[in-house]
Amino acid sequence: MLSSVSPGSGMDGTMVNKDRCLAWRIGGPQGSGVLRMAQIFARACARGGREIYSRREYHSNITGRHSYFDVCVGSRPLFSHRESPRLLVCLDAETLARHAESVEAPGAILYADSDGDVALDALRLLDTRLRDELNRRLDTDDLPRATSGLLERAARRGIRLHPLPLRAWRARLKSEAGNRKAAQRVLNTLAVAASGRLLGLPEADLQAAVAGAFAHKPDVIDLNRAAVGLAYREFAATASPVTLPPGCDRPERLLLGGHEAVALGKLAAGLGLQTYYPISPASDESAFLEAHASVPLADGNRGGPLVLQVEDELAAVNMAAGGALTGARCATATSGPGLSLMTEGLGWAGMNEVPLVITHYQRGGPSTGMPTRTDQGDLQFVIHGGHGEFPRMVIASGDVSDAFDDALRAFDYAERYQLPVIHLLDRALTGCLQTVPRFDPSRHTIRRSKPWPGTADAGSAERFRLTGDGISPRPLPGRPGQQFWTTGVEHGIEGRVSEDPVVREQMMEKRARKLETAAREIPEREKLAVFGDPDAPLTAVTWGSTTGALREVLHDFPALRVLQLRLLWPFPDAELIERLADTDTLVVVENNYSGQLADLIAAHTGHRADHRILKYSGRPISAEALLPALQAIANGKGEARMVLRNPFE
Amino acid sequence: MPQHVRFTPRDYASPEYNDWCRGCGDYGILRALQKALADLSLPPEQVAVFGGIGCSGKTPYYLRANGIHTLHGRVLPFAAGAKLAHPALTVIAAGGDGDGLSIGAGHFVNAGRRNLDLTYLFFNNAVYGLTKGQASPTLPQGEQTRGMAAPNPQRALDPIRLALAAGYTWIGRGYAYDVDHLAHLIIRAIRHPGLAFLDIRQPCPHYDPAHDKAWYAARVKRLDDHDPCLPPGSDVSRRNALHTAIHRILDDETTLAVGVLLEDRSIAPFAEALQRLQPAWPARIPATAPIADAHGRPLARIDELLDRFTV
Ligand code: SF4
Repeated sequence: MLSSVSPGSGMDGTMVNKDRCLAWRIGGPQGSGVLRMAQIFARACARGGREIYSRREYHSNITGRHSYFDVCVGSRPLFSHRESPRLLVCLDAETLARHAESVEAPGAILYADSDGDVALDALRLLDTRLRDELNRRLDTDDLPRATSGLLERAARRGIRLHPLPLRAWRARLKSEAGNRKAAQRVLNTLAVAASGRLLGLPEADLQAAVAGAFAHKPDVIDLNRAAVGLAYREFAATASPVTLPPGCDRPERLLLGGHEAVALGKLAAGLGLQTYYPISPASDESAFLEAHASVPLADGNRGGPLVLQVEDELAAVNMAAGGALTGARCATATSGPGLSLMTEGLGWAGMNEVPLVITHYQRGGPSTGMPTRTDQGDLQFVIHGGHGEFPRMVIASGDVSDAFDDALRAFDYAERYQLPVIHLLDRALTGCLQTVPRFDPSRHTIRRSKPWPGTADAGSAERFRLTGDGISPRPLPGRPGQQFWTTGVEHGIEGRVSEDPVVREQMMEKRARKLETAAREIPEREKLAVFGDPDAPLTAVTWGSTTGALREVLHDFPALRVLQLRLLWPFPDAELIERLADTDTLVVVENNYSGQLADLIAAHTGHRADHRILKYSGRPISAEALLPALQAIANGKGEARMVLRNPFE
Repeated sequence: MPQHVRFTPRDYASPEYNDWCRGCGDYGILRALQKALADLSLPPEQVAVFGGIGCSGKTPYYLRANGIHTLHGRVLPFAAGAKLAHPALTVIAAGGDGDGLSIGAGHFVNAGRRNLDLTYLFFNNAVYGLTKGQASPTLPQGEQTRGMAAPNPQRALDPIRLALAAGYTWIGRGYAYDVDHLAHLIIRAIRHPGLAFLDIRQPCPHYDPAHDKAWYAARVKRLDDHDPCLPPGSDVSRRNALHTAIHRILDDETTLAVGVLLEDRSIAPFAEALQRLQPAWPARIPATAPIADAHGRPLARIDELLDRFTV
């Protein structure tokens, strides 16, 4: 049974509380500065002590195709975006066509006056499906099949329209002294500044964010500062139906995305070598590491990783494994098909008990899938991928703060249990921006491998010595007495080939024992997080970035207990069995088609999810969309499988 | 390890039972490698030998040194990773012709773009021994090994010409049963401060008895009148002249010239480029440099980076 739930529809009539955050959306052609303007706006809002959560949508394309960025601004920490913005800034007519229907009243649309009457048929990049849907709506209302018709529909819903004379403004900037070269992109700044003025964003905050963004180009700063000033003057008298929520006096926070948090965590962890092959969206992390590879150390020296782009993912994973053999902390980062190529190397690291970290940014699959869109379809793959049975650990981050902590933890787990660790993220967590408390690496205690105990002699080390906890002391090359052998062929304790059935059993059992040890040693708080009402009869279990939507929805739906699984393998079955024992209704929320976590829970705990709330359009789940689904469940109207859909994302 | 310690080939002998076929060329290569390591006085724990998959991939088993048996075709990435993470180690990759030119061809070519200080011993017998005698990418068209149902329909790749095109900075060819000469070549390959490729021709008496010791004995000839050196600063015409000379040596099908074909010092070691990426490398060895203080707190100070994101 499929049931469609659309955001904002208020399935049982209850509307989302609209005042907790202000949702601002900017859209335009890729490569035209959408991302840059969103970053500036988010930073300006955050400066005033406000909290930010955002989402980014873009095509697998460099220039021209549509991209947009949602910035949600709140007075308290935010964990989810909104699918219906209050304020829409259109950098082109296509944005107007794609998003005008999503703007929620009371709200406003800002657009260049020249985009206000463009035929939808003239917008070549508008998907046929969407064009047909919009035309159908316009025909029903007897409105022209053009942006003007969509604007009229918005106006009828109470949305204020602000056509901006952007070209005239730019001409004025040009005529002012020193701004002769006013570029096309200054139009973006003008539009964003007008939206800032409407929302009551202090001009000084926006000016500071503009200055920060163009710090390396003084002439660009001057031009953009002039643009901000002009738009603020022009819009000084314009009334707005919506304003920014007030900021609070907060301790220092960070505004960044998941890939940056992971990179920072890896630097703090003492990463020695990162190899990668370019792939969306994972390469953003490696690019950040490349740009910031030289790191000051507490001892006064400088250190940091080697970051190397290699010929393919096979080289990336195996080069990192070769490096990890020597005792250095080594990692690779990949997405989608990259991990498929890495599975042979993953198995080798499992068989040879090599501490290897693979950071995996999920994107829409299968095959090339949707390279720039989010998905959580790789959970079962990362847990089971590869031939044969070998131990690996899988951890998943729920937000930007988790991403930093998990990047540090991944290396500790990898070293302590001498196995590959896959750190799972999803596209929604990268390229987004979230305000989070400042990271504090000094709170983290680095844990390393069990060292080789032998004294220096000419002998060889038993790399795979049998122990009660399955973990062998770890010899390292280059150290006297620690010369060792290792092989992907089944081997005995000296790391040399053995096909003896008893040795095989011992080694299979030894390797498996490490996961039991990990499950026993790792504290519960590292395995899962609990949010909401611990006594609620309704429990929602999730993993990865969908956690944010559930945390956020608690404000509107407090009778809910949220369990976020952070350790996915070894599966925290004992902890879950205990916590699910007294739950009346079990809901599992995931950004995938089948409900992979729900299947794992059923297999490992015997608890079958009563409801699976799923989304697989390549877009992330929002609290706004979850709320009506949870309300339906609470009212006994929920179905076993509830799919969240939004045709305008 | 103090420099004065002397080693003999026996110090590199492993207790592992050797299961190569009688008369296999691999034995000669193993002996030459043990001799070379002893001559260089490299302590076994300072040497890491990576093996690919196939008969030749077992080489690390039979050698007392850090021995890492990897995956089919991936010996070069594994070896490169170890060298990057622990630049003080002597890293040797031992792989077969199928491993390097077929399933691992991408790595074979791309390794040439990085003049990393590695020694690549290429065991070249033109067959896949361990999977029972199929044609390797170095088996000439029309030839038929004992494992093949029909003559080879595909043409052969020349590993030396490919290595030359890919940018390897040291290229040599040796013969498995001229052990002393081969050991001498291995020593020069290890001493070369960049990427060294040694094509080692060897019989596989089990699957290709036609190319036996007698066949090789009639053809192998040590190079004596070839100057392989390209000194620092060599210009394009000098490089082209040397490449032409190498191609002429390879073109001679009546003899199998063994020796050093190329020793190119005009191309900077990869380490120089890496140091520009990471100034702390290789002085601060990733494998051994501390990453935490006595309390386990991270040594890396990321405060400045965090400041950039502060709001
Ligand atoms: S099959 Fe050939 S290459 Fe393999 S061990 Fe036997 S003789 Fe040597």
